[in-house]
Parts: sequence; C-alpha cells; structure tokens
Amino acid sequence: MKKDKKQYWKGVEQLTNHPEFVKFASREFPQELPIEDGKLKEDGGSTRRDFLKLMGFSLAAASLAACEAPVRKAIPYLNKPEEIDPGIPNYYASTYTNGGNYASIVVKTREGRPIKIEPNKLSNVTGSGTSVQVEASVLSLYDKARLTGPYINGSAVEWKELDSQVKTKLESIVSGGGQIRIVSKTILSPSTKAAIDKFIERYPGTDLVMYDPISAYGMVKANERSFGRAVIPTYHFDRANIVVSFGADFLGTWINPIRYSADFIKNRKLENGKKTMSRLYQFEANLSLTGANADYRAPIKPSAEGLAVTTLYNLLASKAGKPALATSPVKADHLDKAANDLWANRGRSLVVSGSNDPNVQVVVNAINDLLQNIGSTIDLKSPVYFRQGDDEKMRQFVSDLGAGKIQGVIFMNCNPVYDYYQGEKIKAALEKINLKVSLCEREDETATSTDYVAATHHYLESWGDANPSEGEYSLQQPAISPLFNTRQAEVSLLTWAGNNNVDYYEFVKNYWKEHFFSTQNKESDFTRFFDKCLFDGVYSLNPMAVTMEMITFGGDVNAAASSISKTYSANSNAVELALYETIALGDGTHANNPWLQETPDPITKACWDNYLTISQTMANELGVELIESDTYLLDLKVGDKTYTLPAIVQPGQARGTVGLAVGYGRTKAGRVGNNIGVNAFPLISKKNGLPLMNVTDGVTVTMTNKPAKVAQTQTHHTFMNREFVVQETTLDTYKNHPEHAFHRPAIAVSTGLEKKLGDQKIDGRVPPREITLWKGHSYDNHHWAMTIDMNACIGCAACTVACQAENNVPVVGKKEVINRREMAWIRIDRYYSSEKGATSNKELEKAAENPEVTFQPMMCQHCNNAPCETVCPVAATTHSTEGLNQMAYNRCIGTRYCANNCPYKVRRFNWFKYHDNSKFADNTSMNNDLGKMVLNPDVTVRSRGVMEKCSFCVQRIQYGKLEAKKKGRRPIDGEITPACASACPTDAITFGDIKDPESKVVSVLQLKDRGDKQEIHEHRAYHVLEEINVRPNIWYLAKVRNKEENA
Amino acid sequence: MEVVSPIRNPLVTGAKTVGDVTQDICVRVEAKPPKTWFMALAVSLSVLAVGTYTLFFTLWEGIGVWGLNKTVGWAWDITNFVWWVGIGHAGTLISAILLLFRQKWRMSINRAAEAMTIFAVICAAFFPLIHMGRLWLGAYWVLPLPNTFGSLWVNFNSPLLWDVFAITTYFTVSLVFWYIGLIPDFATIRDRAKNKVSAAIYGALSFGWTGGARDWSRYESVALILAGLATPLVLSVHTIVSFDFATSVIPGWHTTIFPPYFVSGAVFSGFAMVLTLMLITRKVYKLEDYITIQHIEYMNIIIIVTGSIVGIAYLTELFMAWYSGVPYEQYAFLNRATGPYAWAYWIMMTCNVISPQLFWFKKIRTSLIATFVLSIVVNIGMWFERFVIIVTSLHRDFLPSSWAMFYPTFYDIGDYLFTIGFFFTAFFLFAKFFPVINMAEVKSIIKSSSTSAKAEK
Repeated sequence: MKKDKKQYWKGVEQLTNHPEFVKFASREFPQELPIEDGKLKEDGGSTRRDFLKLMGFSLAAASLAACEAPVRKAIPYLNKPEEIDPGIPNYYASTYTNGGNYASIVVKTREGRPIKIEPNKLSNVTGSGTSVQVEASVLSLYDKARLTGPYINGSAVEWKELDSQVKTKLESIVSGGGQIRIVSKTILSPSTKAAIDKFIERYPGTDLVMYDPISAYGMVKANERSFGRAVIPTYHFDRANIVVSFGADFLGTWINPIRYSADFIKNRKLENGKKTMSRLYQFEANLSLTGANADYRAPIKPSAEGLAVTTLYNLLASKAGKPALATSPVKADHLDKAANDLWANRGRSLVVSGSNDPNVQVVVNAINDLLQNIGSTIDLKSPVYFRQGDDEKMRQFVSDLGAGKIQGVIFMNCNPVYDYYQGEKIKAALEKINLKVSLCEREDETATSTDYVAATHHYLESWGDANPSEGEYSLQQPAISPLFNTRQAEVSLLTWAGNNNVDYYEFVKNYWKEHFFSTQNKESDFTRFFDKCLFDGVYSLNPMAVTMEMITFGGDVNAAASSISKTYSANSNAVELALYETIALGDGTHANNPWLQETPDPITKACWDNYLTISQTMANELGVELIESDTYLLDLKVGDKTYTLPAIVQPGQARGTVGLAVGYGRTKAGRVGNNIGVNAFPLISKKNGLPLMNVTDGVTVTMTNKPAKVAQTQTHHTFMNREFVVQETTLDTYKNHPEHAFHRPAIAVSTGLEKKLGDQKIDGRVPPREITLWKGHSYDNHHWAMTIDMNACIGCAACTVACQAENNVPVVGKKEVINRREMAWIRIDRYYSSEKGATSNKELEKAAENPEVTFQPMMCQHCNNAPCETVCPVAATTHSTEGLNQMAYNRCIGTRYCANNCPYKVRRFNWFKYHDNSKFADNTSMNNDLGKMVLNPDVTVRSRGVMEKCSFCVQRIQYGKLEAKKKGRRPIDGEITPACASACPTDAITFGDIKDPESKVVSVLQLKDRGDKQEIHEHRAYHVLEEINVRPNIWYLAKVRNKEENA
Repeated sequence: MEVVSPIRNPLVTGAKTVGDVTQDICVRVEAKPPKTWFMALAVSLSVLAVGTYTLFFTLWEGIGVWGLNKTVGWAWDITNFVWWVGIGHAGTLISAILLLFRQKWRMSINRAAEAMTIFAVICAAFFPLIHMGRLWLGAYWVLPLPNTFGSLWVNFNSPLLWDVFAITTYFTVSLVFWYIGLIPDFATIRDRAKNKVSAAIYGALSFGWTGGARDWSRYESVALILAGLATPLVLSVHTIVSFDFATSVIPGWHTTIFPPYFVSGAVFSGFAMVLTLMLITRKVYKLEDYITIQHIEYMNIIIIVTGSIVGIAYLTELFMAWYSGVPYEQYAFLNRATGPYAWAYWIMMTCNVISPQLFWFKKIRTSLIATFVLSIVVNIGMWFERFVIIVTSLHRDFLPSSWAMFYPTFYDIGDYLFTIGFFFTAFFLFAKFFPVINMAEVKSIIKSSSTSAKAEK
C-alpha cells in the first residue's frame, strides 16, 4: 500500500532534497513572514494578516479603553436575592454593644445596606428606645478610617501570614511557660467568653482582663461587702417614689441609661388621669442630664460627696432609731428634705451613687437597707452585667506588664492606651513585650503600639450574642457582608487556638444549642428555636423559681464611714475637677463619628469641642464671660500636667469645681475625631486603689486671656419668662387646680365678634384660635399630629441623631456651627430659669446660679395656618391634605423668607453644598463613596441654596399608608412612627392621626371632635406661641415639677 | 399758554439764551471729559472690580460666604435692596409728581434724578436676585411663566412676588419715561454731531425725531400719561416693599405703619442721594446757573418734611409696642434701643431724626457743604434704618433658644460695594454720554424767566 501511494512534489527541490528545501520543510510558510517581534519589517509592507492583526488589536484596544469609562456601581439584580426587593427595606434584629454599653436593636437595611438603627421593642432591657451612640453607630460602619485588613508592623499582610506568625509566637510563649493576657472592655457575650475559654485551653497561661474606661467596680466591691454578691443589681426606678442620686447620671451615662430613663419616666408621666409622680433629688458637681431633670438639685463638691452620703445616713438613722455614724456632717441644700421624703416612702424609694469608692457605695447600700429598698427597688437577684471590669486585676496587669512578667498581650476591641487612666504606662511597657496583638476596628492609639493588628468587623458585620442582665439574652447578626478583608475577633482567637475555617455563626449556634435550647420547651426543633431567637433578636429565660433566700445587708457601715471621714472633707477650699462622660461621645470609642461630634451636648449645647465647665462664681473671679460662643482659654493644671481649654460658664456647676469631659483628645481615631480637645482619662485619680472620676487636690485653673470660640447651637439660655413658650407648674398646683395651672392666652374682642362667637368667650375674651382670617384646611382623610410630653422628655438627644440618620441631615462642622448654621431638623431647646424675682430683661437674660432646667424638643410645628406657606413666592412649601407642611426641594429657590417668618425658627438653609464638597469632608455620609452607603434612599440629599426642615418623616407616613393599602385597610395607630418618636427612650413623643379616634394622640390630648371644632380636654396640652394663632399640629404637654410651691 | 409769576426768582440764572443752554449741555457730551471725570470713573471702576470679585465668589461658593445664619436669614442683602429701592424713589417723584404739580424747578434736575433712579433700581433688583440660594432658577421661577411642569404656578399670596411685579413695573415705567424725555435732546446732539459714528448712534437713539409740532404734541401727551402712571407707582413700590415685613408675624416687622413710613423714608433717602450726586455734577460740569441754590433749598425742605415723618413713625412704633401690651413686641423694641444692636439704632435715630432738623436753619439749608455732608449722613441713617428693622427684629424673636447675632463678612461688604461701584460707574458714564439736564424742558422756562431777568438788568 505504501508503495502504491503517490507522491507529489512541491518542487524540484523536494525531489532533490535541496538544502534550502530541508531548511524550510517543517515550517508552515516556506517564506519568512515580514513580521518580526510584532514590528513590520521595513521592506515587507503590510500584509493581510498584519491588517487582521492590527485590526484585532485596535478593536480590542478600543473596547478595553471603553472599559475604563466610569464603572456603574448600580448592578441590576438579574438574579434577585429572595429577600431583597429594591425599594423595600428589610429589618434584622441584632445587638449593639460597645464594651458594656448595650442595646437590642433592629437594623433597617435597604438593598443590602444597613441605613438606620431602631430599637427592638421586644427587648425587656432596652426595648423602649435607643441612645445617641446607638443611633449613630451605623455611620461608623461606613467609616473610611476603618482598617481594611490585617497588618503586621504597619504593612498589610494576608491573614495566613498573620495567623502563622501569631501562632508561632503564642506557641513559643506557652512552651516557655510565659504569660499571655487578653485585655478587653466588658464582654457581654457568652459565646465570646466561650471562644476565649477555648483560646485559654489551647494556650494555658492566658488570662482575660476586663476593664471599663468608666469603672463601676467600686459598686461591685461594695455589694460584695454588703450583700456577699459581687454584682450590680437591677434598679427599679419605676417603683421608686423618691429617688436620691449622688452624682449618678442614670438618665445620661450611668450603666444602662436607656432602661433607667424609661423606668424613671414611667413613674413621672401624668397620663390617663394619673396625678402622682416620683420626685428626684440630685447631689452632684457638674450639671448632668439627670441633675437637669431633678426636682431638687444641690451642687456639692466631689470632696464632700462621701460625707453627703453619710449625713443622709445619719438623718435617716435618727428617724430609724439607729446609731449615727461618726462623721462630720456636710451642709447641702435639700438633704433634710430628701431624708424626710425617703423616710416617708420606705420601700418605695431608691438611693444611688455614681461613685467608684466602695465605702461610699457601702453607706448607700446601708441607706437603702434602712429604707427597706433591697428587694423592692433594688433587685440583687437579677443583676446586670454592663460593667464587668475588674480594676484590681487591670492594675495588676499594668504593673505585671511593666515588670516584664507578661510575654504576650492581645487587646480585644479595646483601646486602653487611650482610655485607661494608666494608658501611658501601658504604652511604655508594651515596647518590651514579645507578642502584642490588637483585635480592633481601626488603627487606634493601642493598635499603633502593637505589632500585629487583626482588623475586626464592625458589629453590624458580626455574629454574636449578649447577656446584658440575668436571664436576658440577645443575638447579634450581620446586616451586611463584611465590607473589608476583616475578621471578627472571636474568629481570630479561635483560629489561633488551632481551629481551621472557623464559622462563627456555627459556633454561636452551637453555643445556644448547648446552653439555651434546653431552657425552654416551646420549640422542640433547635433550628426553629434559633431562628425564632434570631428573628426576635432577644431571648428571655423563664424567670427561675424565686429563691426564697433573703438578701440582707451585712456590710460594715461604720468602717466605711470612718474611711469616708478620712478621705472626704466637708468644706474644702481647693478647686476640684469633676470628670464626666458626654452623652454623645461617651468613652470616645466613636470619636470619629461626625454625627456624634455634632450632637450638641444636652446641657451645654456645645459640640465639636472639649471644654471646662466653670461656675458663674469662678467665671467672675477669672473674668471669663461666655457671650454668643465667645469665651476664653483657661489653663487647667492638675499635678504636673497642664491643659489649655476653652471655658463654658455653666449654671448649676458647684462652686469651686470645674467639669471636664473624657472621650476627647483622640489622636488616632480618624480625620474627624483627631485632635479635638484633650484626653482627660489620665486625670482619673485613685482613691483606695480604685479609679475615681474626680480630682480633689492639686487642681488650679488660671486665665490665659486668649479668646476662644466654642461651637454652641444655643447661645441664649433662659426663656425670659415667656409663658407661651415654656409652660410649667408644680405637682400640687396641677393636682388641685389643673384648669388654672397653665396660661391660656385670650384676646379681647369687639362686641359684634363677641356675639358671633357666643359661648367661646371667657370674660369677654376669646382664645386666639377663634379669630382667624383664613378659611382653614379641610382634612378628609388623615390629619397627622404629634404630642410632646415635656414631663417625659429628658433631653437625651437620641431623637436628634435618629432624625439625622433617617433624613440625611448633613453635618456642617465646627466652624459652621459657630456661624449658627447647624442643620438639625429637631433640636432640643434647653432653658435655664432665671433667678427668682427677676423682672427686668437684663436680669431675665441671666441664668440662675443653680437653675431649674427645661427641655423642649423643637421642630417644624406643621402649622395649619403656616406663616411660611404664605410667603414663599414660588409655592415651594405648601400644606398637604393631611396637615403636613411640606417642602418641594426642587421648587425652592432659596429666598429664606419662610425661615424668617417662622416663629419657631426651625427651618434650615443649605448655605453651601454639603455633599461632594471637599470643604465639608467631615460630613462623611455625603462626601465619600463609602460614607454615602448610609444615606436613606427615600430622602433627597438637598442641594445648595435649598430650604429644608422636619417633614414628620413623610417617607415613613407614605410607606405606612402604602403597606396598609396593600392590605386593604387604613393604617393602624402605631404603624407609622417618625424616627424621633421611635428613638425616644421615654416615649415623650406620640405621633398619630387625629382623625382616627382610636389613636394614642387623641387619647393623650383627650380630643373630642365636634365636627367643625376640636376640643382638647388635656389641661397640660398647649401650643407653643398659641396667641399668634398659627395652629400647629404639635401639642406640648406642660412640664410638671414635683416640687413644693415655695421651694 | 403758561403763566409764570414775574415775582418769582428766575429758575435759570446767568442770563442764558436758548442757544447757551444747547451749548452748555451738549458740550459735555461732545468735548473730551475733564480729568476729574476720569478720576471719578477710575475710583468707581476699582470699587466695581472689588465687588465683581466678591460677587463671583459669592455665586461660586453659595451665599454661605455671607454672615447669615439659621436665625437671621436676611441682613445686608435685603437691607441693601430696600435702601437702593428707596433711593430709586426720588427721580420719578421729581419728574412725575412735580410735573403734575407744575413745579418748574424740577426741570433742571429731573434728568439726572431719573437716571439715578434707573441705576438705583438696577442695584436694588440685583439683591433679591443674588440673595436667592438658587439664582439660576429663581431668576425666572418667580415669574408667572407658562410651563410644562403641570400646574406649577407662583404663589400670589407672597409679598415677594408682589415685589417682583412692583419693581419690574416701576423700573419699566421709569425707564420709558426717562427715555422719552431724552429723545428731543438726543436729536439735538445728533444734529450737532460732527462725526459719523456719533451721528449714527444718537440718530438711532433719537428715534427719528424731527422736532415738528406733531412730534412735540405727542411727546407732551406721552410725558403726561407716563407721569400719571408713574405717580401711583412712586407710592406703591415702597408700600409693597414694606409688605415684605408688614405681612409677616415677626415682632418688629408685623406693623401696619410700614407703608407710609417706608414711602416717606424712601423719598427722604432719594432726595438725599439726588443732592449728593447733583452737588458733584454741578461742581464738575459747572452747572451753577442751572442748578441753583434755590433748587438745593427746595430739596432740603422736602428732606425736612420727609425726615420728620420718618421720625414720627419711629416714635409711633415705640408707642405702639408699649400700648399693644404684646410682650414680644415690647421686647423687640426695647432690644432695638438697648440690646446688642443698640449702636445701629442710635446711628439711625441720630442720622434720620436729628440731622435733617438742622435744615430749619436757612444758613445750613443754603450751604453747599452742609447740604452735601447731611445728604450723605441721611443715606447712612437710612441704610441703618433698614438694617435695624431687618436684623434686630430677626435676631431675637419669639423663642430665646434661637436668638443669635449677625456679623457681616468680607463678602457681605464686597457685594454691597459691587452695587455702589456699579451705580457710580453707570452714573458717570451717563454724565458723559447723555445730556445731564433736560435741554428741551429747560429751554421752555428760559423764555419767560430769563427774559424777565434780562428785563431787571
């Protein structure tokens, strides 16, 4: 066959096997191609293939170039995730924790982005509302200062690399018998503790050290000494008729303010005919939020605090016929009265102290024991776990660290270099430590002192759980997949403990299976049980059979008292420094959050700054005046440290004391929070070995004569006795003559009009609402209205931040706040009383030295005769058919006439372009792609030159109406809640439809609709500035103080 | 036809003939301007340049560069607006109301006064425009234009909209009135023109004026009709401007006295501004024979009258605040007189109430220097009047929590300078290129009064 096969020659050369032929035989083309290394040969010209090649290249190049055009970030859900509908929010129950600060929350997500935190109403612990910090925490998720991955010595690495290095070091420490410490703030999560246990199991020689920047360890110690239980009890402020607090700011910052404020206000609301309320006495140095809400407040110096407590004990002991303590009495206003009230309300009273001195707390316990409050208002059997820090252990750790007894340190979600009073010592000692690891969200002061930085998730990206108080549990679930290459702290610990591919979700789930599944019998399937808990966010153990064991006071009150006598003095002349946490910044963890920085302090109304609060007496001595944000810098000298700070003249500040907030002076928080104020944590003093939030000696304050400006959102502090702005009365007056307790404006009218009005007139005068030029609006469907109970509002500002998050309210920065241009849609006006008997304007303009304080949340009043609506030349602000005063942003041309004509001054103008403007980089939610993820897509971001204001959260109203419509019914009262009302921990704000007779607003106002006329029967209800007859849709319920008439 | 009492002093002195008038006035347009004119124009232009820079920056960055805040939403912007509108009152008052009252002395001053009115109204109109947050929309959204946005319409309840109508009407009528008056004079210049360019330009401007009897007849009818139209406008413009405040609810604004008070204030400041400008023009252009001491005295008398009305209005406001028994109103006025802006209030009181009373003395009334100084003092006072009304009422109104201060910034001042620069630049250009005195009308009074003057000799 082979032989028969014909052979065809390509040419003679093949036949002859010419060398030329052999050379090219294996090639495809006998001739050399004219292309050499992609370049055209000079002589070759271009061929068809070249043409094709070039064409192909240019086509590819052109299309590649086209790919470099801006990449559209909105990706259509071609495969729509099952639970996400564009435009429809999803809600996930979760848990907010920051050390021992806790809130059970519901996270609102839109298209997979968390945009708003709401309270989890199912929670028994914090179900009533949120706080400023909780509301703002969602913005911290989108913080550019967050770490984007693990670092070793400042350079980014892979997790593998970090893990192997850390593991090797841990191994070598353990094999050498070395000591390892995990340092953390209070850990509320049982599963985290389990993870740490696993770590300790793997690396013996490891110990967990917990601390709290603001410690309550003294209380724990005292309770151990008094009752044999080293716990913080549950306080039932709602059961107490008389509350006496020595420096405990339980409405603002102390332990669990969300719950305490709700409980406290429960007993002060005057609803449904209830005419009793609790009475609060506050003894403190700085004017705290709690002090501002007190019925009786006496300023005392920190050096006298212990003696004030013993004096109260002695006053009560004499009534009880018990021996008095041998201490010198201290004179403080209202102390006798407090003792009488307490004695009269035995078993229904409560005495608390914010001191970290166990001796003081032991005497406080003894007082509560005298008053039979243990077991009634103080529940030691179900303690709370918000503060688990052990000051002694932490101190030991610091000294061990310095002494080189510790080889490895892991800082877990904490920043002790900044927020522990011996932070400098820790920083210095760390230099010699072999293994130092930070598990943290950002490169903070502590992280920069460590070698290994294992970047952690934000809490909204994490799995977890919490056990805030006995029998109460909650779950934390991620609301977004991690934005960065971060890993939650527990996973790092478990990985280092030798587990591979840790799934922390499984870990938590297993933990719950082991520990909680068996505690219930409703669900037989664990998955169902867990899903239910996850859905609810919370899980409460069935209250265990009440142990009959009585808890009795067994503390040595005499020993405590004698110790107090030694360390406190009744009349110290020294200047004393009282440190405090602000409501907004707290311990400073969230200092890089611009929402918090711009939240005005409820008391001073200042933001973006750290300042010294000084009493009016000291201001006179130093020559400081605070006029329209203009003040002076003061030098504060404590020991060998000197700080220069602006002064705020603070009515109510105890004479001879100055107040300074911790939480400022961050240097590594991020661009927003860095270098604002000074770090006051190192000023925390020690008494009996425990850190105390005050310095009683060695403090001097001197005037520098250098002018300074503080950014205050309110610069006039008294209400000038304008009764139509602030109405208040005392409980006795309200009880006895509710109809005459308040001012009711009336206008004298002509006889003709008098006849026409018939029965409306009182002594020939009529209420202003009876006389009007306008025809009024008719509301056929809904008529939205709101009531604000000034007796319930404690001024905590949670509503302000909630509104900011909900309505995309920009942050304007310190300079613009000084220019009086903050944008808040809801502000809380804080008024001080003037001295009693003040009549002239000059006297009225000055606040009393120890004033009464009133908080008045102020936002658009949605007037039915709105002065803003008539003056807008382009009808950009109009009245809706449901009673809302609404803004059409894109119609607004910015004449600001409406704002000028607004008697409440609630309209806010966009003086600049606050979004996408490098001059307002602090407004992080509108100036970078990451920050913008927090914006609420339902609310327009307003452009420059446009007026804006409270809309009653019209987007929520609309959503609620649509949801109801889908179900073919009217919205049910309570379905629609604006952000402010939802955040309010004390339920001071009620929103609803006054056309709906079942609504809560109607019942609060006791509103009777008589066809053409609405009658309000609640005596406390009034309109601010009623006599100008703009007919707001917001009613205020006047404040009632539980105070004697002439006190 | 017209009878002029021979007892009266001649309105034009210096035994001017008709030819003299043409020569005296036209030469200013035809000849090279004096050095002083160039200097004055240079100063005006440099002020305008500074203003242009700040204006550009204001528009670029937003009106946040001003000192306004959440409480004080209007300050220098609207103060300047009302001030300029007020100044813009004198011209039309002189040419329209005095025409109807047959006050012949107006003839030598009405041209310049009307020009001043036009420029002042342009300056005034400028502030409502730039004070808007979104000028690029507001400039036409305030007009009731048919549009494709459905039923989107302006709000006829808003005094700001009334302002738009009032000012555009006033401006249009004033401009037409002024221009009609210029036509015969343009024709004179056209006829005298030696080069083709100016002949062409003035020829175009004079609308083919022939000087025939028919032209004159129509001219006079139109002037009379426009005077009739303009007269109510003089009163209405500032009345409507005052409604911006009077219809509001803010204590210190919410006052029924505002319309007459604003109108007399406007005439007061308008005459003061006319005096300031006329005294300079008279000096620079040597027009002493046309604008005599008698003219100045008459105008000073009007200043006493209107200044006194304004003074009484101030006192009435104080009385009403007390008598009303409204605490906010009482506080507003007490705060004006004794609060943080008391200095502004007392500047206003001194300049507007006390200083014009000096004109009761004939010596002061007929002194050029005293008149010049006081005319400027009056305009300072009137600026402060508007500042006091706007800022002190807003900065402390109902809720003490919102009380705030207003501090002007560089840009507040700069944008004001822009209008001042514009105003003077425009006026100096007018003085160069337009006949500053109405030749045609002045000639009509020369016949009688100048002949009698001659007869006296």
